[in-house]
Amino acid sequence: MDSIYNDLNAPHSMGTTIIGVTYDGGVVLGADSRTSTGMYVANRASDKITQLTDNVYICRSGSAADSQVLSDYVRYYLHQHTIQLGQPATVKVAANLVRMVSYNNKNMLQTGLIVGGWDKYEGGKIYGIPLGGTLLEQPFTIGGSGSSYLYGFFDQVWKEGMTQDEAEKLVVKAVSLAIARDGASGGVVRTVTINKDGVSRKFYPGNTLPLWHEELEAKDSLLDSLSATSPEPMVS
Amino acid sequence: MSSIGTGYDLSVTTFSPDGRVFQIEYAAKAVDNSGTVVAIKCKDGIVMGVEKLIASKMLLPGSNRRIHSVHRHSGMAVAGLAADGRQIVTRAKSEATNYEKFVSRHLSCKVPLVSVDAAEAGDTEMVYGEAIPVKELAERVASYVHLCTLYWWLRPFGCGVIVGGYDRDGPQLYMIEPSGISYRYFGAAIGKGRQAAKTEIEKLKLSEMTCRQGVIEVAKIIYGVHDEAKDKAFELEMSWVCDESNRQHQKVPENLLEEAKAAAKAALEEMDAD
Repeated sequence: MDSIYNDLNAPHSMGTTIIGVTYDGGVVLGADSRTSTGMYVANRASDKITQLTDNVYICRSGSAADSQVLSDYVRYYLHQHTIQLGQPATVKVAANLVRMVSYNNKNMLQTGLIVGGWDKYEGGKIYGIPLGGTLLEQPFTIGGSGSSYLYGFFDQVWKEGMTQDEAEKLVVKAVSLAIARDGASGGVVRTVTINKDGVSRKFYPGNTLPLWHEELEAKDSLLDSLSATSPEPMVS
Repeated sequence: MSSIGTGYDLSVTTFSPDGRVFQIEYAAKAVDNSGTVVAIKCKDGIVMGVEKLIASKMLLPGSNRRIHSVHRHSGMAVAGLAADGRQIVTRAKSEATNYEKFVSRHLSCKVPLVSVDAAEAGDTEMVYGEAIPVKELAERVASYVHLCTLYWWLRPFGCGVIVGGYDRDGPQLYMIEPSGISYRYFGAAIGKGRQAAKTEIEKLKLSEMTCRQGVIEVAKIIYGVHDEAKDKAFELEMSWVCDESNRQHQKVPENLLEEAKAAAKAALEEMDAD
């Protein structure tokens, strides 16, 4: 029998669902909040959307350690770059630096990232940087293990030039759908909206999210199920 | 301005008692003796012009370029020792390319061995994936020029350089002197006829002028400051980077150049006729 401590010693990985979406005037980044160590949920309320500069944020997936360290490096480089330049760095530059670190260390790193932000030259932009270190600018992108369940959803629902409200609702709905199906995603939904007016963070606790097909109501205590009425028998 | 710094002028690492570094000032003299370089910032771009003094009739017209493209969006006009200028331009091209793209050590162009710069020697070169802002380019070139005034085993560059570029913050003009100082200008002139040229530039209404008009004006200025008595022949070399050139740095188109030369010659004759 395998050691029962296998799971506890496994590297922290973020199963994750991460999403980045552009809208008319900015971007919305969204993520779930589950960090797992094997089958154990190490952190059920993690913040996977990390700040790189005032106007650029990054969604992290894959190895928690790798993505954190990478973000730290890039934040440091961007800080220096901003000082030298005398003005905020562009999203493109931030994404390029993330890509360089990711590509040059591809043998050691295992992290998929989404860089999103707003700058005065290009407006809102989203860049996807998957495992090998490719850089791809896209109007929207999804990542993490939970993203597999969202490709069809986005194909149908995505449209250019949404309003901020439409974009935020879309992101929350998508993450919650992924959480419903992906065991490695869960917890709460966090979103970060970035536009010319700045950054705004939103938080959607698990029990405010809609229930999807066959999902059961969240229970605060197992004792509640004792007093619940038994289900009606199925009659054909 | 001129004074002999006897005893304190033998090395660039020696200050004089009144706080001057004479070697750098002597380097500036090399620039002052060269053909005039004029550059202006118009409302839609930059125009640069060089009075290329022809040393010999055997020289092929169009050779010995004094204006070089450093990157798609920027160019550099050089005054002073031509060989020194070549070095600076190479460095600028290298800075511009390496800022934007990752180039393997094997393939990157030969940057002169001269530098002791940590960022050059080490592998900490950052790649940003976008064209180098003109301000950044000018600062790096200035930093490199200044570097060569810090060590006794190097001599300062004997050339002044004007960097003109058009990036997302608009057209910009910088001048870099042998001391390593770099300032941003609306209009700049270096070389023999710089005083007269600067007076002429000040008369122009640059904020209302397009580059098309600017080309004519620069040609007039250069023809105007050229000293017929001292230097016989010269060739006018001009470049621009503006909306009309699609924000690319390039030679001024043939027909416009001819138009400018004709206008300049006509203006000269008018002056002589007075």
